[in-house]
Amino acid sequence: MTKSKAKPKSKPEASKPATGGQADAGHVLIQELMAGPPESPGSKRSWWRRVGQAALVPALAVLSGLLLGGVLIAVTSPEVHEAFQVSVLNGIVTAFAVVFRAYLALFAGAFGDPVKMTLALQSGDPEAIRRAFNPILESMVAATPYIFAGLSVALAFRGGLFNIGAEGQIFVGAITATYAGYALTGLPAIIHIPVALAAGALGGALWGFIPGYLKARTGAHEVINTIMMNYIAFRLSDWLLTGPMMRPDSFNPVSPTIQESAMLPRFFADPIRLHLGFFLALVTAYLVYWFLFRTTWGFDLRTAGANPRAARYAGIKTGRWIILTMTLAGALAGLAGTNEVLGVNHNLAMAFSSGYGFDAIAIALLGRSHPLGVVLASLLFGTLRSGARRMQVVSGIPIDIILVIQAMILAFIAAPAIIRAIYRLRQPAEAEAEVLVRGWGG
Amino acid sequence: MGFLFLLLGLVLWFGFGADTELGQTTTFGMTPGGVQATVADWTVSTRPALIVLALVCVFLGAVELVRGFGRMTNLALGLVAGMFVFGFLVWAAAGTSVNLGGLLNSSLDKAVPITLAALSGVLCERAGVVNIAIEGMMLMGAMMGALIGSIAQNSMVGLAGAVVAGGALGLFHGWLSIKYKTNQIISGTVINIFSIGMTSYISSLFLQQQQELNHPPIFPTFPLPLLSKIPLAGPILFLNNPFVYAMFIFLIVIHVALFFMRWGLRHRAVGEHPKAADTLGINVFRTRYIATLLSGMMAGFAGAYLTLGSVGRFDEVMTAGRGFIGLAAMIFGNWTPFGAFGASLLFGFADALSAKLAILGVAIPSQFLLMTPYIVTMVVLAGVVGRSQMPAADGVPYEKE
Repeated sequence: MTKSKAKPKSKPEASKPATGGQADAGHVLIQELMAGPPESPGSKRSWWRRVGQAALVPALAVLSGLLLGGVLIAVTSPEVHEAFQVSVLNGIVTAFAVVFRAYLALFAGAFGDPVKMTLALQSGDPEAIRRAFNPILESMVAATPYIFAGLSVALAFRGGLFNIGAEGQIFVGAITATYAGYALTGLPAIIHIPVALAAGALGGALWGFIPGYLKARTGAHEVINTIMMNYIAFRLSDWLLTGPMMRPDSFNPVSPTIQESAMLPRFFADPIRLHLGFFLALVTAYLVYWFLFRTTWGFDLRTAGANPRAARYAGIKTGRWIILTMTLAGALAGLAGTNEVLGVNHNLAMAFSSGYGFDAIAIALLGRSHPLGVVLASLLFGTLRSGARRMQVVSGIPIDIILVIQAMILAFIAAPAIIRAIYRLRQPAEAEAEVLVRGWGG
Repeated sequence: MGFLFLLLGLVLWFGFGADTELGQTTTFGMTPGGVQATVADWTVSTRPALIVLALVCVFLGAVELVRGFGRMTNLALGLVAGMFVFGFLVWAAAGTSVNLGGLLNSSLDKAVPITLAALSGVLCERAGVVNIAIEGMMLMGAMMGALIGSIAQNSMVGLAGAVVAGGALGLFHGWLSIKYKTNQIISGTVINIFSIGMTSYISSLFLQQQQELNHPPIFPTFPLPLLSKIPLAGPILFLNNPFVYAMFIFLIVIHVALFFMRWGLRHRAVGEHPKAADTLGINVFRTRYIATLLSGMMAGFAGAYLTLGSVGRFDEVMTAGRGFIGLAAMIFGNWTPFGAFGASLLFGFADALSAKLAILGVAIPSQFLLMTPYIVTMVVLAGVVGRSQMPAADGVPYEKE
């Protein structure tokens, strides 16, 4: 992955058979709606239409998810209940007011308050400006682990595997990165940061390798195994943080703070936490894109995922690709945890991940398992999450509502027919984006 | 495999046997706590017992290496694993005593939610719908059981609420995966995420604010007359929560219904070859909807056990992977109710054992003991999946022509 983008030569050979191999629609993992130029010599406009079509259902799914979230907020709000006892009209008005206030807080938490921004700019006080613009940058910080974890799940999808284990891989990556972060001393930052990053990626890769190996060698389904690896990772971090890795002078299960030389540099003074990790994530997304769609290895990986039988006929060793895919996916997820440790928290505490791994599944599906889509979906989820934190403070709505909204979005993405029925869209001419994970037998 | 047997035997001999002193004894208590003792404690001398166990293991390993057990390999593996665990117990409790009756009793307790989850999986997957949403359905059932039970101050009403909530999620799973032909694993993931979010949301909005909403009456222990007086087996099997009896009843009912009734034949036909079933006039979609509904209700029931049967309150994400372990038990048990029950007992035993060893003060951190059920699951899956017989159409949406 660290190889430079020096040889884009393999591109035409690689992408042509990809479209040819998709004839077996039943076994296509994910139709490449957004990937590469269309096979027909169509104009640029038709490409844009394809992109628009690909983005339409996700956009409507997000909208519908937010609407349903609003319904949930209104239904569970005591304020609305009281208003309904006064009169029905009063109740409806209050319901809208409550939901509007909540989403306004969400918006302000995610992007910043425009009034505050202009005031701060007028005052010219650098600290006030930083404070006013912090929310949107904070959303980028929140999006960073999502990008890594989303890429992990997306890469696994492309290889025909379902990586529910991103959560555990994030934990293990964070553990190894933290260890490399505080145990190695006296290194200059230019060496220490890459070493810590590599340690985190290796930790995650190990956690991905095990289920991959078991799947390739014994056929044990990766869904169950990655879930089991999640729980093992939780227990492991539990043990490490209360034992060997516990901060010596503390009674809380927290690791020591990492060396300053291992911290990812930040670009602004406090409170802005935007750090190098965000750009590393973007670069990684590009590398994954390049790997998947511009190298023969990536082609093999996708073929092994889309149609293992055909891949075997073509001489691709599918077992090896299962292992490699899971290992790479694990490394990417490990980087998500690493990024949180080196860039944001600077130590490892229990329950630090709070569900990035599960959100990553929604992100990968929302982004149609394409790196660009993953980045966009991650930005969306990042803003949702950082906005929801503020919403929790302002309106007292638990942050867990984000999970409900995400589940809704995921449901709509997975069953686009629902969205089409609601919004009366026409069936698209070409085949649906389809995700196919096989049953337990492998 | 033979090498594994040999290795375990050697560990028994050198790892445990050599660690004990001559003349030490291990005592096994035979009655669960709180019950009047009916069976005398059983005392074994530690080192000779370990050596005997080790010799048997090595012998079995040698046989496996020389001629192999063929179809009996699994049995031999179970035997060796059982002896190894027993030997481990003998070693861990050397010089003290361990309550074997209590251990078995708590194994059964811990196996109940796993078995119910596995039954939920069997119901669903026998009709060809993969259900990885059991975890989420259990969670929802647990939450609704606690909430509705608290509001009504009646555990039966709470149970009904849990079952209805689970069934609703089951129907939702069916709706997504049967009507819209969504990938069933994605659909299950949707329900899992939704349930975690929804239960945590309601929990932090209501249950944590008003404790009286999270205080349902629980089902009391109910001794079956006469049967609970049987020595050893009585207190373990028949002095339990009603959920345990319900589990046994479900086991038998589902087994009979699936394998000895016309309903079950149709149910399985839909899971094995939906097209053939359709040709013979079986309504594939309806059968699958019923399967997901029943599966959801069963998962809701399993969740209710956690709040109404044992703990008596709901905590966020309290299922802690039991639904997934139940799935593994179902696979291990070859998609049969009793096989799943056996596998669940194994997981329950591993769980109970880890708790027991933590009390005995074995020099292994408790977190590692808590890992054992998950590791056991993985080992079991790795060993068993290749040979298991899953329903042929499991996970494939049915397309009517």
